[in-house]
Amino acid sequence: MLLMQIDWFFIIEKIVLITVILLISLGMAAYATWGERKVAAIMQDRIGPARAGIFGLLQPLADGLKLFFKEEIIPQSSTKIIFVLGPALFMITALMTSAVIPWGPSFEIAGRTVSLQVADINIGVLFIFGVVSLGVYGIMLGGWSSNNKYSLLSSVRAASQAISYELAMGISLIALLMVTGSLSLREIVEQQHGFWNNGWFTWHFFTQPLGFFIFVVCSFAELNRAPFDLPEAESELNMGYHLEYSSMKLGLFLFAEYINMFISSAIMATLFFGGYNYPGMDWVAANVPEWLFVLSCVTVLMIKIVAFILFFMFVRWTLPRFRYDQLMKLGWKSLIPLALVNMLITGGVILWMMS
Amino acid sequence: MTFGEKIYIPAILKGLSITVGHIFKKKATVSYPEEKRPFSPVFRGLHVLNRDEEGRERCTACGLCALACPAEAITMEGAERKAGEENLYREEKYAAKYEINMLRCIFCGLCEEACPKDAVYLTETVMPANFSRRSFIYKKEDLLIPHPKKQDDSK
Repeated sequence: MLLMQIDWFFIIEKIVLITVILLISLGMAAYATWGERKVAAIMQDRIGPARAGIFGLLQPLADGLKLFFKEEIIPQSSTKIIFVLGPALFMITALMTSAVIPWGPSFEIAGRTVSLQVADINIGVLFIFGVVSLGVYGIMLGGWSSNNKYSLLSSVRAASQAISYELAMGISLIALLMVTGSLSLREIVEQQHGFWNNGWFTWHFFTQPLGFFIFVVCSFAELNRAPFDLPEAESELNMGYHLEYSSMKLGLFLFAEYINMFISSAIMATLFFGGYNYPGMDWVAANVPEWLFVLSCVTVLMIKIVAFILFFMFVRWTLPRFRYDQLMKLGWKSLIPLALVNMLITGGVILWMMS
Repeated sequence: MTFGEKIYIPAILKGLSITVGHIFKKKATVSYPEEKRPFSPVFRGLHVLNRDEEGRERCTACGLCALACPAEAITMEGAERKAGEENLYREEKYAAKYEINMLRCIFCGLCEEACPKDAVYLTETVMPANFSRRSFIYKKEDLLIPHPKKQDDSK
């Protein structure tokens, strides 16, 4: 009798959605590594990987297999449980954030509404923020459990960079929250319906330009990407928090970084660039079958995400790296005051418009 | 510093415009082995021992190439021409053994310049790879070019 009372359709629908989103995240992250090498090469007057399959498209497969075949070394004097837990935690928090992003509008199948969002909680933005903060734990545990003072120093630097820029990110999100009035990501996207409404753009990029700018800079710092890639460069140069890792644990650290990049792009596209909305979507919704409309929305979201990922890559291969004190100075002395000023201006404009 | 320099944004945009501009320029990569870079006509590659127009070996084992070689890569042993071998060798002395150690050779071309009989010549072939050190000592049979009249099909 219990079996008949469970809503099977709901469970199956959610399981299928979760599987598809995970596969897409992993696939996009794998091909982001390919894209990174190609974009880096094209900007440097050379062609990137071109031999593993046509255009080098099987290169991520080759890299993954190479990492699998390497020897799995766990240092003897390390704390083994935490050693294995570090990269796992990093990867889990990277994948968990994809649960609250609305990937498309809801549609009907057999009389039931299916929404393309795994969990439509009403504190979506807060959830993302919390999970991203948890990701810092992965780095810290990785550095601590290696039992190596240089790894520890590097992971401490990475963690301090992450928490410094989280503050500015949070304050810019508060300003966005004042404009939208809701933390739920589905509502934020629905407020950005279409492109033009009553004389002003609907996307929050136009209502919060300074907030977007601060959010982008803080995203670079959170993802440990150039020009804020001090932890990453240290690992390539001498020591770093993933020095002692080999084979698939190292693979998880590196891969989780690309998944984080994919998810950050998705969040920026959702919060500031309208998610799956595009100009002219009402005309399309009225004139094409529903499944085609949903597909077009998802495609538009993917295009926006890919554009952001390309932007991340362009900036990485253009700018030199920040020194550690310059990085801290920027985070605490420049971005936090700027974010506070943004919040004050937003509050003032809202009060003025309401009166 | 000016305000523009302090906030760093104009410099970032200028840098981005340079790198994005490079996307549309011609790439410098040569997709070997489909495309090859052209060599100049005086490229110094693998050695050959020449023959004259009638197919007789030019080398007389005079030893000038071995003397000129700065890496001491060439060794040879001379032998006297017997009565019936007029069509094989030009002069009375010929090289019975002629070996070049390719691992010592620096491809400078001094042996080619020193030879008075135009026997040694550096061609355009790049030296191929191999597995053992012994196989890099090229003997006379490896170096001699094919007979122009008897082995025409090998051209």
